[in-house]
Order: sequence, then C-alpha cells, then structure tokens
Amino acid sequence: MCLGVPGRIERIEAGPGGMAMGTVSFGGIRKEVCLAYVPEAGIGDFVVVHVGFAISKVDEQEADSMMRTLHEMGELEELGAPRPAGDGRAPA
Amino acid sequence: MRFVDEYRNGGDIRRVLSAIGAAARRPWTMMEICGGQTHTLLRSGIDRMLPESVEVVHGPGCPVCVTPLEQIDRAIAIARRPKTILTSFGDMLRVPGSDVDLLSVKAEGADVRIVYSPLDAVKLAQAHPDRDVVFFAVGFETTAPANAMAVWQAHELGLTNFSILSSHVLVPPAMEAILGSKDNRIQGFLAAGHVCTVMGYEEYEPIATRYRVPIVVTGFEPLDLVQGIYMTVVALEAGRVGVENQYSRSVRREGNVPARRLIDQVFEVCDRPWRGIGVIPRSGLRLRPAYEAYDAERRFAVESVSATESPLCIAGEILRGTTKPRECSQFGTRCTPEHPLGAPMVSSEGACAAYFRYGRTA
Repeated sequence: MCLGVPGRIERIEAGPGGMAMGTVSFGGIRKEVCLAYVPEAGIGDFVVVHVGFAISKVDEQEADSMMRTLHEMGELEELGAPRPAGDGRAPA
Repeated sequence: MRFVDEYRNGGDIRRVLSAIGAAARRPWTMMEICGGQTHTLLRSGIDRMLPESVEVVHGPGCPVCVTPLEQIDRAIAIARRPKTILTSFGDMLRVPGSDVDLLSVKAEGADVRIVYSPLDAVKLAQAHPDRDVVFFAVGFETTAPANAMAVWQAHELGLTNFSILSSHVLVPPAMEAILGSKDNRIQGFLAAGHVCTVMGYEEYEPIATRYRVPIVVTGFEPLDLVQGIYMTVVALEAGRVGVENQYSRSVRREGNVPARRLIDQVFEVCDRPWRGIGVIPRSGLRLRPAYEAYDAERRFAVESVSATESPLCIAGEILRGTTKPRECSQFGTRCTPEHPLGAPMVSSEGACAAYFRYGRTA
C-alpha cells in the first residue's frame, strides 16, 4: 500500500490548474507523475513515487553516506566478527 | 534500477545480518508497522536469517487490513447505487464485507473501477458529469497527499459529482496504543519509511521518550530492513532511546512540507476504528468542514451502516504482535487468502496472508 518506487525525472510541464506534472522513468518504464510536492526537483533528479505522486527527492549524498557506513561495517567484519545463526541463504 | 538494485545485494545483506548477530547479546523484540516491510522480510527470507534472539513482529501496517468491515459495507452500498462509479486501488476490491466483496458487486453489474492514482478518479468525474464518482480513500499518511490533492483539484475545477469515502489512518497513535497496552512486549520500532517521508519524524520523538524505546525510520528494500534492524539492536543494547533515521535518502525530520500543508488544509484528525483493534483516539483523517461536500459518507447517508466480525478471528492479537499467525487455530484451514475470516488475511500485505503465501506455517 505504501509502496514508493524511485524513478528519474525526464520531463516537467504544467498540468491542470498549473500543477507541476512530469514524466518519470522507472528503469525505462515511463509514467505521468504529479511533481507538486517536490518543487526542488529538476530534470535528471530521482524522486520516490507513490500512487502517481512524487513524495520526495532522493538525496544522493545521504544514500552514498549510508552505503559508506555499510562498507566500513564490512571491513570490521573481515577483522573477525562472528557469523549469525540461520540458514545463510542469499535473499532476493 | 538505481536506488533499488544496490539495496538487494546478497553480500551486503549477509554482512549486516552478521553484524546483527555480533551486536545482539540479549533477546530483543521489535515491531515493523508497514505491510510493504512485512512482505519484504518474508519474501527475501530475512525473518529466517536473523539470529534467534532477534524477533521482528508485524504490526497493524496494512491500511487495507485495518479498514473496518462497516466501511467496506458502506463502499458496497455506494457502488450499488444507480449512476455511480466507485473507484479504488485494486487491493481493496477483494476484501470481503459482511456479505460480498466489491469485485462480486462489480460482477453483478455495478460500475466499480480500479485506478492507479486518485487523480484518475477526478478525471473520471470530469469525463462523466452525469455520474457520481466516488474514490474509496484508504491509506496511511503516505497516501494522504495524493487524496488531499484529488479533493483540492475537484474543488478548484468546481466538480460537484466527485467525493471520497475516507478511511485514512495514522501510524503514531497505533504505536502508542500498542506500547501502552498491558500485554505489550515490543521494545523497539522500525518506523515506516514512506509514512515518515510525508510526515517527518518529529511526532515520534515524544513517543520514544515517553515509552523509553528506540524508533528507527526504515526503508523498504532488503538492505534497508537489515540496516534498520541492526540500528535498533545497537540502540537497544546501548539502552538508547530516541529516533534514528536509516532511510535518510528519502526522509527529512520535518517531512515533506508542501504535502503536509495541503493535508492540513483538506483533512482534520478524528477518532477512527481499526479493524481487529477498535477505536483509537485521534488516529484517522476526515475532511474539514470546508470540504464536506466531497465527503461520500454524508452525501450518500451511509454513516449508520454497522457490521459484525467473525468471532473466530484473533486479528487484534495478531496486529498487536502478541500472537503469531501460525499460532491461530483457524490459520490455513478455515482462514485462507481465498476465504479470509478477518483483517490480516484479507490483503497480500497482511501478516497472516504473507505467512500463508511464503509457507511460514510451522
């Protein structure tokens, strides 16, 4: 229900009543999306889209910084942290 | 796809699972309150890869599941009216009311249509001025900006044949209802990333302080979830309370300000019954008096519809996390996704339906 999918803005135009609308590409699948709630987003930016509305602009710096934290965690693991219980199956 | 694929990397996920195993020195129970997260946890098998000491319970995170039976009966009563088009998101159509579901009413000849966005329902109202077009507005805070915009746009366009049947629910009051219950065993929360994308997380801070729990705003991909669980375990081990943000690529503390502004212009907070739980004070949204012309409950006088739940369903215990779906005597026998007895089995995002689908029967 609260599904939000990240996509890249390809086009911005004025919709009904001057409301900002645009074309957003989700890995090549294009949809018309309301951009009224992300006035800061421009062409080329990634937005999270829910039921035809962009609800946030993806902050790429924050995404990079979270990934860096994660990879630092990996380096610690290589120094000898124990493995968890479970079947160890690769997810998704 | 960027911002999707890199969050499904098996090596990274295992690395974080390993860190959770190293961090968890005592048993901990946390809850997620988002049907999308329930789904990801079971589909990716994360629930089975967590150390035994870390339990993730699935809370009332599915708006379709917590929509009360009488609200579905109201939608059915409206759909059966002549010259009416009832529109909804697809997952609402097969949720049974007291007697039938919307899909059967459609098969009987009623005009029931699935829309992708509430703006599609507004377009239908423009295209069919001789019909009443009603949108069944079910959802958490995530969906409220879309529904607020639909009402606002209908108002701007001067449409008199558009209305919504609002069944909006709010997450923080449900968290408080769970934390404040006598049999509560939840020690930390994963807060739903898209609810917080819209609303921010300021209102979670007093909850974390009052109930002395960590709350970690968490995204939806498998890597987001294991990271959110890791951050919660670390906070629990350190005895730290407060709100942390794992999903910082989408969530800011103040949320989406223009979206919150329009929600506040169109909707006001009200008491709302949750299926399987009961009335939670100040846990829903209804249209403000200035927009009551768009309120389908008033327009079609269906406020007095009432309904009775199956006495066999223990939805309340499931949604509060005190009982697991497989511990219910009806699970998988008398209660299945095809013939659900109650809330958590009705939608693919409900905890019972997810357990059934992914074979978590033993």
